[in-house]
Amino acid sequence: MTTYTIAAVSAGLSQPSSTRLLADRLGAAATAALRGHGADDVRVVPVDVRDHAHALTDNVLTGFPNSALREVLETVTGADGLIAVTPVFNASYSGLFKTFFDVIEPGALEGVPVLLGATGGTARHSLAIDFALRPLMAYLRATVAPTGVYAASEDWGSEESGLAARIERAGGELAALVAGRAPAVAPDPYEQPTPFEQLLRSASGA
Amino acid sequence: MQFGLFSVGDVTPDPTTGRTPTEGERIKAMTAIAQKAEEVGLDVFATGEHHNPPFVPSSPTTMLGYLAARTERLILSTATTLITTNDPVKIAEDYAMLQHLADGRADLVLGRGNTGPVYPWFGKDIRDGIDLAIENYHLLHRLWREDVVDWQGRFRTPLQSFTSTPRPLDGVPPFVWHGSIRSPEIAEQAAYYGDGFFANNIFWPKEHYQRLIGLYRQRFEHYGHGSADQAIVGLGGQVFMRKNSQDAVREFRPYFDNAPVYGHGPSMEEFMKETPLTVGSPQEVIDRTLRFREDFGDYQRQLFLMDHAGLPLETVLEQVELLGTEVVPVLRREFAIGRPAHVPDAPTHASLVAKAKAGEDRETVA
Repeated sequence: MTTYTIAAVSAGLSQPSSTRLLADRLGAAATAALRGHGADDVRVVPVDVRDHAHALTDNVLTGFPNSALREVLETVTGADGLIAVTPVFNASYSGLFKTFFDVIEPGALEGVPVLLGATGGTARHSLAIDFALRPLMAYLRATVAPTGVYAASEDWGSEESGLAARIERAGGELAALVAGRAPAVAPDPYEQPTPFEQLLRSASGA
Repeated sequence: MQFGLFSVGDVTPDPTTGRTPTEGERIKAMTAIAQKAEEVGLDVFATGEHHNPPFVPSSPTTMLGYLAARTERLILSTATTLITTNDPVKIAEDYAMLQHLADGRADLVLGRGNTGPVYPWFGKDIRDGIDLAIENYHLLHRLWREDVVDWQGRFRTPLQSFTSTPRPLDGVPPFVWHGSIRSPEIAEQAAYYGDGFFANNIFWPKEHYQRLIGLYRQRFEHYGHGSADQAIVGLGGQVFMRKNSQDAVREFRPYFDNAPVYGHGPSMEEFMKETPLTVGSPQEVIDRTLRFREDFGDYQRQLFLMDHAGLPLETVLEQVELLGTEVVPVLRREFAIGRPAHVPDAPTHASLVAKAKAGEDRETVA
């Protein structure tokens, strides 16, 4: 039995939120495509960053997540794939969206398939996905799907906008990455510590 | 089991009055607090080492040497001595000198230091932090155990026919703890040498330190120094007490809310839930501290942070008094109950001398 978990992180602020709506649509598209790859069960876990706004600031200041945020972070870093959607603020991702990724442990998203999305008032900011979100994910060494989906306000009211087709294509790309990915197992430095003699040799540059 | 205080030595304005102590006042406050610790029956005082404002203790052995002359029983220690940016030769000399002057009442906790600019000020690079800690300590360990050392490494000038003086008191080096809050490499290092491991657990949730201490204990056994539950563990703690719990909460809140480390972040109540911080009655402090044993196993040294965040000296001295008279006597009694006989106490100079002598006798017999 093949099951997948997709974490769908959205950083929308209002309720209802078009950012969350886009994340849900992307999640549904990825689910349908994964079933096409033979998945028996796909679980999409929505993560509304707004719900953790205070905890995220606390984490930045104290260096650790509180227990509720820790669970959320573990869900995201343990997922088979990630959907990340932000509203565009001042031509880039929102500060809250960035803070969420700032508190994720280094290396925790390495190789994780990611589908990017953004929302905004006008289509003029659609390249924010490619010049802001994509480099962030490249730094985190995530595997980013080629298609990012931008939804401007006007896209929600027109069939010609092609939003539905972009969502379907992007969902398919994420599904292919998730289904084709070998589960990555990073060595745990607590379970398999580097023996001291080796630490000593490498300290001295030997 | 040993109980004591550790001090960062920060110069912080008192948020309730806006007054900032002078460096001179803060230094003298630290020595007054240490002397109070001995007076109320605590076992250890440990000073931090910092080389940047707003911290005063840049020269730990100067302070501890002064305290050695002013106290009779107190163990003088550090939290932490920078093994990365200090020359290990100078650490060997300074702490052996302190050990003689204090008649053996000296040990030290080694740490890396996490202030980036301090490294280049001493000609080092923070990215080499782990390597520096490992190589420098390897040299320090030899300097205290071999009368004449030939040595070559990556981080300091080679040594030919070097003798570190004075030689350790009674031929027994000061006991070393390795302090770390997040590096499995340092737990491995402490375990390899059979040294102590000090986990300053006051800022983060316990799960993190359980892994770190668990690793140290397991590797201590692996390297043949004893069973995992015989490894030498030290923990931090952070408390503010008043007889009435609500008074403690009311009085400490402005200090918490403005504290340099966690201020303006989580609420005090939330931080108390996630970390060992305890603001309340002496009984609440006793209950919380006793839980450390459940979380980390029987351990050897418990240090409390009390003089920080701008608390006035008078208040800190009251806190030390409460700790020494109402909390620690109960903790000593309670921690002794159910403690297995094979779990050792923290090493002292006397116990290390006895152990060295027993080793010699064994060799003579063999």
